[in-house]
Formats: sequence, C-alpha cells, structure tokens
Amino acid sequence: MSSSLSTGSPSKGPGLSWITRRVLAEAAVDAVRKLDPRSLIRNPVLFATAVVALVSTILTVRETTHLVVMAQITAWLWFTVLFATFAEAIAEGRGKAQADSLRRARSDGVAQRIPSIDAVQGDSVPAHLLRTGDLVVCTAGDIIPGDGDVVSGIATVDESAITGESAPVIRESGGDRCAVTGGTRVVSDRIIIRITANPGESFLDRMIQMVEGAKRQKTPNEIALTILLSGLTLIFLIVVASLPVFALWSKAELPPVFLAALFVTLIPTTIGGLLSAIGIAGMDRLVGFNVIAKSGRAVEAAGDIDVLLLDKTGTITLGARQAAEFLPVGGVSERDLAEAAFLSSLADETPEGKSVVALARTRFSFPDPSREGMTFLPFSAHTRMSGVSLSGISWGGVMTAVSEIRKGAADAILKSIGERRSLPTALTRELTAAVERVAKAGGTPLVVARDDRPLGVIYLKDIIKPGIRERFATLREMGIKTVMITGDNPLTAAAIAAEAGVDDVLAEATPEKKLELIRDYQQGGRLVAMCGDGSNDAPALAQADVGVAMNTGTQAAREAGNMVDLDSDPTKLIEIVMIGKQLLMSRGSLTTFSIANDVAKYFAIIPALFITAYPQLQALNIMGLSSPQSAVLSAIIFNALIIIALIPLALRGVRYRPANAATLLKRNLLVYGLGGLIVPFAGLKAIDMIITALGLA
Amino acid sequence: MDANGILQIVVFVALICALTPLIGGYMARVYDGRVTALRWLERPLYRLCGTSADDDQHWTRYTATLLAFTLAGVLLLYALQRVQGLLPLNPAGLGAVAPDLAFNTATSFATNTNWQSYGGETTLSYLSQMAGLTVQNFVSAASGMAVAVALIRGFARRSAKGIGNFTVDLTRSVLYILLPLCILGALALVALGVPQTLAPSADATTLEGAKQTIALGPVASQMMIKHLGTNGGGFFNVNAAHPFENPTALTNLIHMTAIFLIGAGLTNTFGRMVGDVRQGWALFASMGVLFLIGVAVAYGAESAGNPALTAIGADQALGAWQPGGAMEGKEVRFGIAASMLFSVVTTAASCGAVVAMHDSLMPLAGMVPLVNMMLGEVIIGGVGAGLYGMMLFVLLAVFIAGLMVGRTPEYVGKKIESREITLAMIAVLAFPACILGLGSVALLLGSASIQDAGPHGLSELLYAYVSATANNGSAFAGFSANTVLHNTLLGLAMLIGRFAVIVPVLAIAGALAARRPVPVTAGTFPTHSGLFITLLTLVVVIVGGLTFFPVLALGPVAEHLSLASGLLF
Repeated sequence: MSSSLSTGSPSKGPGLSWITRRVLAEAAVDAVRKLDPRSLIRNPVLFATAVVALVSTILTVRETTHLVVMAQITAWLWFTVLFATFAEAIAEGRGKAQADSLRRARSDGVAQRIPSIDAVQGDSVPAHLLRTGDLVVCTAGDIIPGDGDVVSGIATVDESAITGESAPVIRESGGDRCAVTGGTRVVSDRIIIRITANPGESFLDRMIQMVEGAKRQKTPNEIALTILLSGLTLIFLIVVASLPVFALWSKAELPPVFLAALFVTLIPTTIGGLLSAIGIAGMDRLVGFNVIAKSGRAVEAAGDIDVLLLDKTGTITLGARQAAEFLPVGGVSERDLAEAAFLSSLADETPEGKSVVALARTRFSFPDPSREGMTFLPFSAHTRMSGVSLSGISWGGVMTAVSEIRKGAADAILKSIGERRSLPTALTRELTAAVERVAKAGGTPLVVARDDRPLGVIYLKDIIKPGIRERFATLREMGIKTVMITGDNPLTAAAIAAEAGVDDVLAEATPEKKLELIRDYQQGGRLVAMCGDGSNDAPALAQADVGVAMNTGTQAAREAGNMVDLDSDPTKLIEIVMIGKQLLMSRGSLTTFSIANDVAKYFAIIPALFITAYPQLQALNIMGLSSPQSAVLSAIIFNALIIIALIPLALRGVRYRPANAATLLKRNLLVYGLGGLIVPFAGLKAIDMIITALGLA
Repeated sequence: MDANGILQIVVFVALICALTPLIGGYMARVYDGRVTALRWLERPLYRLCGTSADDDQHWTRYTATLLAFTLAGVLLLYALQRVQGLLPLNPAGLGAVAPDLAFNTATSFATNTNWQSYGGETTLSYLSQMAGLTVQNFVSAASGMAVAVALIRGFARRSAKGIGNFTVDLTRSVLYILLPLCILGALALVALGVPQTLAPSADATTLEGAKQTIALGPVASQMMIKHLGTNGGGFFNVNAAHPFENPTALTNLIHMTAIFLIGAGLTNTFGRMVGDVRQGWALFASMGVLFLIGVAVAYGAESAGNPALTAIGADQALGAWQPGGAMEGKEVRFGIAASMLFSVVTTAASCGAVVAMHDSLMPLAGMVPLVNMMLGEVIIGGVGAGLYGMMLFVLLAVFIAGLMVGRTPEYVGKKIESREITLAMIAVLAFPACILGLGSVALLLGSASIQDAGPHGLSELLYAYVSATANNGSAFAGFSANTVLHNTLLGLAMLIGRFAVIVPVLAIAGALAARRPVPVTAGTFPTHSGLFITLLTLVVVIVGGLTFFPVLALGPVAEHLSLASGLLF
C-alpha cells in the first residue's frame, strides 16, 4: 500500500478485514496453548487470574451446596484468561500470515559463488551456506540468495516479495542504490553481489521475526505500565485477602469463590488481557504502512518525537522541479529563449527537462522537430551543463543555422563562456539579477546560452506538495517542530520553507551538519526523527531517536536506521509518529477504562457479600441486582465479556485525530474515563436481567 | 449548617490561601540557601556533623543520613523513657515506661506520628516531654520537610548527581522555619491565656470545698510545635479540647492555621523551585477540593443531628438557644463548625491533635477523618509528607494521562519512566499493607481492645491502624491501644508507613535529578490546568476508594445505614 501526504489518520490504514474465520479458528487453538504458565507469567495480571481460576476450580470440585453458581463463576474465571490469550493470539494471527508469505520468498535455492569479481568460473552453493563477504553472480531470472551490495553491474530487480510494489527497481554498483535484499528477483541483466548478512540475520529473516513477534520485547512504557498494573493487582490481593477477617468481626459469611470473583473483577484484567494485543497491533499497523520497525522501542519513541527532520525534495516538494517561466536578458525575445531551451531539452528525460519542453510548447506551440542533425550533449557532473549541437535542421519549415546551445547552472555557463570571450558588464549584471530573482523566490535558475551568448534564465520552480502546509500546521499543534533539510542555498531554502510552512530550515546541508543538528536538539532534551537513504546518512540515522531508512537506500543506511520504509516514501515519517502516539494512547485509554470499571463492580459485589451481615447495605445495591449470586456472576461475566468486546478496539487502536495534548486528554478522559465509569453499570444490570431470566442464579 | 459556621470555615480557608504564597516563598529562599541570618550558627553545627553547606549528597547518602538520624532518635527516646525515674525534672515522680510502650512512643514521635498509647501528664516526666518528645517534634517534622525539599530538587535540578544535604536541610528547617514560627506563635498563645511554666501542678479548692489538682506545664511552646510540625501529641490527654491548650476561638484558629501553614506553603515552595508557581497552585487546588469535600460532609453529617436521638424526642434543631446538630463529644466552646473544621484539618494534615472526640462523631462525619488518612495524608498532609505523598499520586496521574495523549509521560520537565512508577507503587502499597494487613492481624489477635460491638467497633480498631500508618496520631478513642500486641503492631505500622514511603521518594528524587529536562511543547499536556487538577483529585480518590471501600462498607457505611434505619449495636 502506498501512502501519500493526503492520507489522513493512520487508523484508516489496515482495517480488520484480515480477520477471517481461519484466523479466528487458529487463534482459538493458540489461546488454549498460551495457558502454559511459562508464557502466562510474562503478564502478572493474567497469571494472577489463572491462579485464582485454578484455586476456584479445586474449591468448586469439593463444594456441594452452591455448586451451580460456583461452577459458573469458575467457568467465567477461566473464560477471562482465555479471552485474554485469545486477544493476543488474534493479534499475532495477522503477523503469522504475513510471515508465511515472506517465508515463501526466502530463497533456499542455489547460489553461484565466485572467488573474485573478475572470476569467470564459480561454484554452486546452497544459499544457506553463504557467509558475509562471499561474492555471488545473479543473472536475469535468479532469486538473489541473500542481502548484499552490488559490486559490479546494473540490473532491474523485482522486489515485490518484500515491498508489494510490482514495478521493478534499478540496482547498480556504487552510489546509493547498491543494496539488494535476499528473496528478491533479478529481472534483467547481470550483477555481482557481495553478501552482507549471514543466514538467519538477513533483512527478510528479521522481517519475519518482527511480524511474527517472535523477538517481541516489552517496550519501556509497556514495562512501566505492567509494573503499575502489577502494583494494583497486589493492592487488590491485600484488599481481598484481608476482607474475611474484617467480615468475621461483622459476622458475615464470605464464600471463597465469591472472594475469588471479587479479586478477579477488581484487578485490571481488561487492560492486562489486551496489553500485548495492543502492542502487536501497533507494530502491525506500521507493517500495514509498509514500514518495518526493528524494535517496539522505536515505535514507542516515534510517539514522543518533538522534531521532524524532513528532506525537502520528495517530502516537502514534489521530487521534480517544474519550469515556470522564461526570463530573457539582453534584449532577447522570450520566444528565442524558449526555442533554445526547448531544443536543448528535447532529449532530456528528467522531469525538469520534460517540464521545459512542456512549458515552451504551451507558450509558443512549437512543433515537434525531426531529430536529424541534432547531437545531444547529456548532462555531465563535470561540466554541470547539458545541451545540443545543431547542424542546419529543418525547424517549422525554416532551416536554422549551425549552432551550439548549452543550459546549466549560472556559474557553470558563465565559466564556460568566459574561457572563450568576455561578456559585456551590463549583460552579466542583468543575468545575475535574473538568477538572483529566481533563487530568492525559492526556484532553481538554469541559464541558457546559444553560441556563447546568454539568452536568459529558465525559472525552475519547486512545487510544494498539495496539503503539506496544513500537515505542518497540524504537527505544530501536536507540539512537533518541522525542520526542512536541503542542499539549496539559504536564500532558496528560506523561500521554500516559508511557502511550505516549516518551522525551521537547514540549508546547504551536509551529512555532518545534519548530525550536528540532531545532536543539538537532543542536547536540549528533544527527540528527533529523520529519514535518509545514502551511506552518508548512516551516522545521522543512527543518532536520531527514530531513523527511517528508505528501502531503496544503501545497506549502511538500512543498518543504521531503526525502521525501514519499504515504499521509500519519506513523507511517512508523519504517519509513523501518529502510529507511535496511537499505540500509547490505546494503552492509556484502556487502562483508564479498566480501572474506572471497578467502581460499578464494587457496587455490585460489596452489597452482595455483606448483605447477610448488614441488610441495610442493600442501599448500596443501586443497580437493583436481583440476588447476591446473580450480582457476583454478572460482575465476573461482564469482566470477561468486556475483553472480547474491546478486542477490535485494541487491534485498531483508539481513534486518533491530531490535536494538542490538552484536547486529547479531555476527549480520552471523557470517552474512556467517564465511559468506563458508566458503561459497566448498564452492562451489569443487563447481564443480571438475562441470567435472572434464564434462571442461572 | 448555619451562616456563622460557614463564615468560620471561609475565614480559615481565606487565611490559608493568603499565607501559602508568603510562607512558600520564604521556604524556597531558605532551602536555596538565600536566607543567611544564622550562618554563624549553622557553620559550626555542620562542622560538628562532619559536613558542610555545599556538600551535595547522592540520594543514597541522603537516605542513609536520614535513617541513621532517625534511628538514633528512636534509641535515645526509648532510653530516656526507660530511665526517666532516675533523672531530674520529674516532680510527679513517674517511673520507667514499659518496654513496649516506650518502643511505641519512641517510634511514634520519631516518625512524626505522635500517636499516644498513654496519658501524657500521667506517664512522662517533664524531662521526657521536653528533651525527648519536644525535640522529636522539631526534628521529625524537619526530616519530613527535608525529604519534600529533596524531592523538589529532583524535579528542579538538571543532570545532577546530588539532591541536597540532609543535615543542612534539617538544620535550616529547624532554625529558619520551625523555631521562629514557634516562638512567635507561642508568645501569641501565652498572651491569649495558654500556660507556659515549669512549676508543678496547682492545687485548687472547688466551690464544694473539694481539692482539685490542676496540671500545668510548658504548654504554649509544645502547642505551637505540635501543630506547626503536624505532630499532634498534646500536653494533656484530652489534647486541644483542654482549655489550657486551647482556651478561645482565636487560639483555635491559630492552631488550625499552624497545622496547615507549612504543608500548604510547601506546594508553593515546589512551584517556585521548579520555576512555575502555577504547578504549586495546581497541587494546592487539588488538595483544597478534597479538603472542602471533607469539611462539607463532616459538617453536614453533624449538623443533621443524630436520628436515634430524634427518635426519642430530643430537639436537635438549630434555634436561637442552641446550635443544633449532634453535640455529643464536642467542646461547647467551639461548637459543630469549628470542631468539624478542626477534625478535618487535623486528619487531613497528619497532625492528630483533636478538639472533639472522633469516636463520638456521626458515622459519616467519623468516616471523613478515616478517609483523609486512608488517602495517604495528601490533603495538605504532614509537613513535607503531604507534598511527597501527593507527588506519588501526581506521578501515577501523569503516567496515565501521558499515555492517554500518546507520549512518554513527563512532569515539570522530567520524563517519568518505569523506575519512578515502580518506586511510586512500592510507596503506595505501604498503605494497604499496613492498614489492611496489620489491621486484620490486629483484629484477629487483639479484638479484646475494642470497646463497641458492630461496625462502630471495627471503625475503632481501623482508625488506630489508619492513624498509625498515615503517621497522623489522632485517636478515635474506644480502643485500648496500650497492650503489647497493639503497641508493637502500631509501632511497626508507623515505621513502615513512614519509611516505606520516604525511601522510595528519595530514590525517585535521585533518579529525577540525574535526568535531563525535556522542553515543554504543545504535545506536553499542561499540569496546571483545571483538567489536570480534576484528574489528580480523581486518581487520589479512586486509588484510595478502591483500596478501602470494602472495609469502609463494613465500618462507617454500615453504621450510617443501620443508624438511619434505627438499628443500634
């Protein structure tokens, strides 16, 4: 799935459609398997519930009088545990399905290993025997046997097995597009790859582990929350364990199973049962956005981000600049400038080149010339110019003279002309003024010269992505500062920054400056997120609290970041932050809900327990539950069912609309705090009416 | 309820609101070392203790110093009581105090509880009272203030190793805050008729010609520190209901103000030291809301009168000749409003001095002091203890609220992480463990000490254990605590209730001080807003409520509902 800037809340991302009957059936089996005490102990609340259920089972077996009610309570105690393990199993179900499809991509085939780059002859080895540093050859049709860097050649590679994107991508030696991933398929040409990961440690392996949750470790906030919940469980253990003594003084008889029910309904089973499902689902939402987080800690850190470093190109502006205007100088007509620009750009396949042709056509309806007699000079990094040599071509019925057209950066063109002739000062000054005007407006000036005579400037304009201003305003409201990173000069950078509405800008950025900026922010106690792809981004990616590496990037970048975006879409940083926040919010909201529920449960169980000793306590039975037995049973049933009822919310995450913290807190307190207070009153009453009608208690 | 009663309450509340920023600002200056008038006295004292004003202590050293100091205090006080018969200043010729009672009393005064299992004038010599109890009245209060300040520094400091110096904080608390205020207050009390003498008891002949012994002593000085330091141990057994402790309505107001003064002021000190006074007012507001609810319930319940008396034809209505309501157990000089205000103040603030017998309160009015203490003495609270106790709930509230807005929780610029939550939970657990744990053991083994049957009897025992754990020290009466079992268990409850909170709090202070501050952004939710005040108040009520609702239902709630339906025990 691809994401664009106009994509709204991440909760609109992957829905719950993946929950099929098969997923449910498998989850039901897994739920029982998860009753293993060794896995239950990881969740203290659940473990306590299971112990109580076990004790209650033993008591029920030995009981003779209240058997019917006690057996029901015991059964519901077990259901409480099972519903919680079921929630976790369902959340894992999605990851399992994804892991299965990834496993199919994992190559178990044979690799052509060669001793050196120039070697012609190699040997065939099974892919799983390849080690870091081995060289392998892949030709069209081969599955790449492991992660590595292309050291020789260029090829198109189908990465759909990992990214889901069907269009093949180019991978070539050197530069920032040398990384290949094991399990992807070479579509054309031949490349030599140096393997960079041992079997079991490859990107694909890590992805499988990640989505399966095999290596899931508790995140810092999850640990803190688990401690809070364990503390509450201990408090309620003391409350319930001491209660029989106080009741004895009051001559109240407390059936042990009722006490067991009181304990389980008081401890935060709702959040305790859904806690790991929420965590897994949060990771899955990221995976659904085609982002692989290397740890849950990174996802959590994403929610805390205060500063977003965003690359200008591709994130804030459309990847390509568009020609917006022709600015002739020295008395040249706009048409002549446009004509020269048009002819020199005919063979230019870059979006900028195409936009020059398009603009010239719209302005002056130039016909398409035959390419005969034209020799195109492709852009070279050395001269920083491109152009065309004309040798008397037919152009709209007119034969043009032999001439040379060049276009490029102002200083490059002027330097090139300066080697042959000197320009009049007035013309140079006029040209410089035009160039500066473009730069100040945030554009890129391209100078066009014909036969060593500057004709004027093409105004290449950075196109700000639609809707980005609003996104930045939202981020600001959320308390997140946006910083635009660009290689442009400060003048151009400032103009674009103002238009896009970012808070700050780093112009003429180098990898070192980027790293320094991140350190500065971190010194000030801020958490920084950035994305990058090049090898020179690696230090900054590693330094950032959340570093998102583009999948198209180098192996070094992918190693350094703590997330990898399979779509290589830098705008996703914003979604990643929102997913991080949503994860924490889901935990917080369900904790509040869980604790608020206790109030109603007390009003059900306390009068039920003590009514024999003090009939006046009937006044506390404000719900008017029909009998002590049905009150206790209703409470334990509600407590179990609410877990099932909240599974969809845990998997989807609570609704998140970007807003400032005070607004969010107010809304969530109202929905989950007040809701948590009121809902169980209604729920308990309803369950009580049903079980009374059915004669269960 | 009548206008006069409400006016008394309003005057008190207004007085506290006005004094809080004054005393709070002064204390902030004292603890920052900006008040230097007594440097000449401080320096030799520190040298004597082998430390100096700029010797910054790591939290472990701070804690160790505090624990050693308290232990020494307990041992000294214990020894003093055991040998008081051999020492001077003992005009009544009182003998050695029994070991279990001496232990109980020693821990009681060293933990700022001042629970008294004995009658003051009939058990302890003048020397024990002055050199033992009064000294502890000062230093146990000052210890609490030191812990609070250390915690404040934890929030205020950035990437720091230390949290201050215990000896320095203790000394400055006594020299600059407690002593001057006590001297001022005691002089005022003497002027208003409270005795201050070392002379033995006076003998008087009554109108009937009988001879009566009237106990005297250095009362005014102990009055001031017992209230300022939220100690509560009275000079006389009937405490502030005694006309020599509390002769007029004005002394009553001075007493109540003294009880709240430092605790309320510390909220302001907190705000100033972390650089945002609004944070302090938010804590003050949350405490204030809980306090006013308590006053309203207690005052309302007492004013309504006793239905059992109404049933037998007693007139309890408000009229020109009587104040109305349930007057049993109240000093007629103060009436219902002032008595209830005092009861709520003294239990909210961990003081424990009383002007009315809590055992005689209506069930709901009697529940208010119980609940005040069960909530952890965080409504103003004991000096220092109230602030650091409230901070534990702040940490829990901030943690939950932080998650709800999708951020790692933070408070006044410090991130709250699992370490702080663990420590806060340990401290919060101390209360149910002592009150319900030790309380149930006491009920199983020592129910003979309980005077009344039925739910009221349960309240009597419960009150003792709540009071000890919360380091309050007030007694409900109707409970004979002076037995080996209860002296020991209550002593334990006082120790755990004090140090199972102080040690984690200092550990939190250490962890926070070391942390780098995080800047405030729009993503940080404001902790000075009405919303946060509401949330904090709810967290305090819900944690306390969920923990103690069952036992309260068996005690005061059952008693109230029974009484309403005419059932007596």
